[in-house]
Amino acid sequence: MKILKALFFLLALPALLVLLWWVSTIVSPSFFVPSPGELVGTFFETWFGERFTRDVLPSLGRLALGIIGAVIVGVGLGLLIGSFRPVRQLLEPLLEFFRAIPPPVLLPLLMIIMGVNWRMQVFVIIFGSLWPVLLNTVEGVRATDEVQRDTARSYGLGRMARLRYLILPAAAPQILTGIRQSLSIALILMVISELFYTSSGLGFTIVQFQRNFAIPEMWSGILLLGLIGLGLAVLFRYTERYILRWYHGLREVQRES
Amino acid sequence: MSPETTTPVLLVDGLRKIYPAPTPQAEPVEAIRDLTFSIPQGQLVCIVGPSGAGKTTLLKCIAGLLPPTAGRLELEGKAITGPPKTMAVVFQEYGRSLYPWMSVQANVELPLKAAGIAKAERHQRSHEALEAVGLGDAGDKYPWQLSGGMQQRVAIARAVAYRPQILLMDEPFAAVDAQTRADLEDLVRKIWKELGVTVLFVTHDIDESVYLGQRVIVLSNRPTVVQEDITIDLPDERDQLTTRSDPRFVELRHHIYGEIQRAKGNRGGEKQAATA
Repeated sequence: MKILKALFFLLALPALLVLLWWVSTIVSPSFFVPSPGELVGTFFETWFGERFTRDVLPSLGRLALGIIGAVIVGVGLGLLIGSFRPVRQLLEPLLEFFRAIPPPVLLPLLMIIMGVNWRMQVFVIIFGSLWPVLLNTVEGVRATDEVQRDTARSYGLGRMARLRYLILPAAAPQILTGIRQSLSIALILMVISELFYTSSGLGFTIVQFQRNFAIPEMWSGILLLGLIGLGLAVLFRYTERYILRWYHGLREVQRES
Repeated sequence: MSPETTTPVLLVDGLRKIYPAPTPQAEPVEAIRDLTFSIPQGQLVCIVGPSGAGKTTLLKCIAGLLPPTAGRLELEGKAITGPPKTMAVVFQEYGRSLYPWMSVQANVELPLKAAGIAKAERHQRSHEALEAVGLGDAGDKYPWQLSGGMQQRVAIARAVAYRPQILLMDEPFAAVDAQTRADLEDLVRKIWKELGVTVLFVTHDIDESVYLGQRVIVLSNRPTVVQEDITIDLPDERDQLTTRSDPRFVELRHHIYGEIQRAKGNRGGEKQAATA
């Protein structure tokens, strides 16, 4: 019963919207809007053939590399900056400046410097989605509890042990908040980095469809991007639940008391 | 140092701690003016003082977590410049001293891991220590799944498993209920006897200091000096009921109560006593 109820809340509104859409395509058909059935057909036809290995997988690969890179660089730099006050003071103005640059405007510059290739595209994703991870890590490290620190010091934990057993786990809730924000930025930048001067990738293909008036195909691309975003969010949620199971448990106990 | 017959484990000589002013307009705070005392091997010493007497400051200095402004601090004849390897600290805030992302067992074993002790021995020591505090079957739980008193037992187990020469305890039972507190006091006595470890127990509770200690050092109000150093001549076997109703216990407690009131100086009339 409970599951049914949950399922209802999950699916009721999407089902209703699809129904509305379907009815409206019957009542007043439009060249620009395919019917749901048409779209689903096109979706599988378009993306699960040759394009899957030529466009979808490379795009997903670059996205994954970009996210992993952003997490590694963001957490690494964040630990460094958060741990040492002089480093923080030295870098803060610079970081504020870099963070303020909208990543897409780097594309023309990077095209000249790096050329149009997957390395440049991954670089853009990393550069743009790095900041939420970095800034949240810095905050997380700085907010590490004083008694927890004193405990580590009084028991003679070395720098590496403190990093591994105290600072990283203590900052983990903040770090994961940053990563969640980064995911959507990374997806946006994946698409944008594929819009210019390329010949493959999801972003490229969708624009290509639009230029050739392949309207259902274009819609199916948007659907695919939506599904990728949703997939990322679900994957993130399960990973987060697993890594932070102690944190959610602790919060629950604190709420009860 | 001259080789005496009873070299103290801990020597505090002319300790002074002044916190620098937080802002240019503010005055620097003199937390400790001049503290001198020494503790021989194996003694259980309680330090009491009115709130704000710099008890925690003193303990942090001894633990090597806070550099003193002046004076000498020595552990087994060696100057304390950082957290000493042979010392364990039990903090008042057990909820923040135990790491919530680790199981109870992992918490107890963490200092051993950092000291490079092999896994098998780590397990054995943590198991023994948890048994000793009555939490033999709680190793797999997270600390926050336990009650406050149990969490403080875990912190004590962590210190016990570390096998220190000296155990510092900073008002460890201030945040637990009275019944649990009595149990934990007896646990400290038991562990002290079994391990032969030197214990420095900071508290604001006069009864607790008399019940636990072989000796009580009374601190004055800020800026802190030693107000009095009292030997607790109660029988070694202590019991929550009989010891506490012993006329000598009551006498000592009254005496220390008077000292603390005196320590508060002319503010004495304003504030209620720390405990009844």
